[in-house]
Amino acid sequence: MNAQGSVFKYGDNIDTDVIIPARYLNTQSAQELASHCMEDIDKTFISKVQPGDIMVGGENFGCGSSREHAPLAIKTAGISCVIAKSYARIFYRNAINIGLPILECTAASDAISAGDTVTVDFDTGVIVDNTTGQTFQAEPFPPFIQQIITAGGLMANIQNGIREEK
Amino acid sequence: MGMTMTQKILAAHCGQATVKPGQLINAKLDVVLGNDITTPVAINEFEKAGFHTVFDNKKINIVLDHFVPNKDIKSAQQSKRCRDFANKYDILNFFDVGQMGIEHALLPEQGIVTAGDCIVGADSHTCTYGAVGAFSTGVGSTDMAAAMATGELWFKVPAAIQVVLQGQLHRPVTGKDVILHLIGEIGVSGALYKSLEFTGEGVASLTMEDRLCICNMAIEAGAKNGIFPVDATCTNYLTGRSQRPWQAYTADADAVYDRVITIDLDALEPTVSYPHLPENTHLAKEGGKIAIDQVVIGSCTNGRIEDMEAAYQILKGKRVAKGVRAIIIPATMAIYKECILRGYTAAFVDAGCVVSTPTCGPCLGGYMGILAENERCVSTTNRNFVGRMGHITSEIYLASPATAAASALTGHITDPREV
Ligand code: SF4
Repeated sequence: MNAQGSVFKYGDNIDTDVIIPARYLNTQSAQELASHCMEDIDKTFISKVQPGDIMVGGENFGCGSSREHAPLAIKTAGISCVIAKSYARIFYRNAINIGLPILECTAASDAISAGDTVTVDFDTGVIVDNTTGQTFQAEPFPPFIQQIITAGGLMANIQNGIREEK
Repeated sequence: MGMTMTQKILAAHCGQATVKPGQLINAKLDVVLGNDITTPVAINEFEKAGFHTVFDNKKINIVLDHFVPNKDIKSAQQSKRCRDFANKYDILNFFDVGQMGIEHALLPEQGIVTAGDCIVGADSHTCTYGAVGAFSTGVGSTDMAAAMATGELWFKVPAAIQVVLQGQLHRPVTGKDVILHLIGEIGVSGALYKSLEFTGEGVASLTMEDRLCICNMAIEAGAKNGIFPVDATCTNYLTGRSQRPWQAYTADADAVYDRVITIDLDALEPTVSYPHLPENTHLAKEGGKIAIDQVVIGSCTNGRIEDMEAAYQILKGKRVAKGVRAIIIPATMAIYKECILRGYTAAFVDAGCVVSTPTCGPCLGGYMGILAENERCVSTTNRNFVGRMGHITSEIYLASPATAAASALTGHITDPREV
């Protein structure tokens, strides 16, 4: 599975309050949440983002609240993949659980610039910056996490497990 | 290789003699929690996956606290969704308006969480319950759905940082100052994926309120959980309160820690985190030039009775500075009532404060104290991210209840020892 798109780049400690401010948490509508994604730090994000685009962050991406609304808003806005140096652990779980691909790669996070066109191969973890020609290797997922991703998220994986037991 | 306290609890809950950092395990859960924002999303996932039963109606807790009494029609719909689900599945611990409190103040108070438990909550500050010697961590809504359905969840066993507390705490310095100081030292990702295990002779000088506050903000250092030993203070707190028998786990003498940090409690002073990250710490006594518009005293971090008492000691018989709006929110109905009985509520009102029934309200920029452009607030809450309490140019300064109350009196950031 591949993703390709142009890059939106942000810094360290991108928190869930800026990904989706709490004033919008009175809805569970993914579309409505997506329409406010990143607006407190990047007002133009939602008007510019195209399906397939890629978000790049620094350290501790997604820190703060446990709101699953955050990866959901990013995914629904059209982002195909997030690349960061590290993730806050609840954001990491949530992204895996809802099927938003995320990769950890410090070199890629440092080298890739906003607006670059980037291709990601999820099976191998290879990230290519088509604008600069640079190639990066992301950390592979442990097999158990891979299984959740392949199943299409945590709930589907649990249902698969229950079916196997029967 | 010895195990940390956290690793021992996890091993016991996955049925293995030992676990190692980095190992992926499935652990059995004693308590599952959700609130009025995260539970509706979990219910959607639960239903979408086709589940028709919960694993145990006594172990699931749903607390309406973020937007209640409901602030608008949409949040009323979300509460209704939780209420209908709780009725349908006969969820024993469903806390609606009138019984609710801010979840992380309510569950320990009610004795629902106890030592040795393995707990998840669809709220990042679920790490609070490490104060009673439990492994407790925040998860997302899909995790909550899975936990409600199966009573289990996957975890990566965390490595740990040991925080050795030396000396003893001197009021008005509190647990809040300890945790702000620690986050200032190690940074907001300083404990990423790890446990913070508190130990040392200084632990004995911390009240349960201090410990609950410290563990509450473990997540602000990126930690998976924070945890305190089950000592005499803890067992006194649990006795007559804990709804179940508890088990005290202790770290092995040869447990391995990635890092050891020592904090000298005797040397700590009232501390404030400036915008826009909790790691941006300064001493309260250096904040005299920072004029403020609002003070919030409450939240799952500092809305307990001892916090109310600290605010009362400073505010009684005085008036808040002209131009400062002071909002006080006891975290549970029991604390709310206790404030009335002890005369705190009258003293707060006489001082020019407003006192609300329990709610998260302003802490997450929900309602009940939203900041306008460029306004500044000293708040006893736990996050000062951009836009957290209102307009994106507004600023939040995190502090203890004593520092917040002192600042309310002067109209600028003030060390409580100066009023
Ligand atoms: S008081 Fe604030 S931090 Fe605590 S649960 Fe409520 S919103 Fe979250």
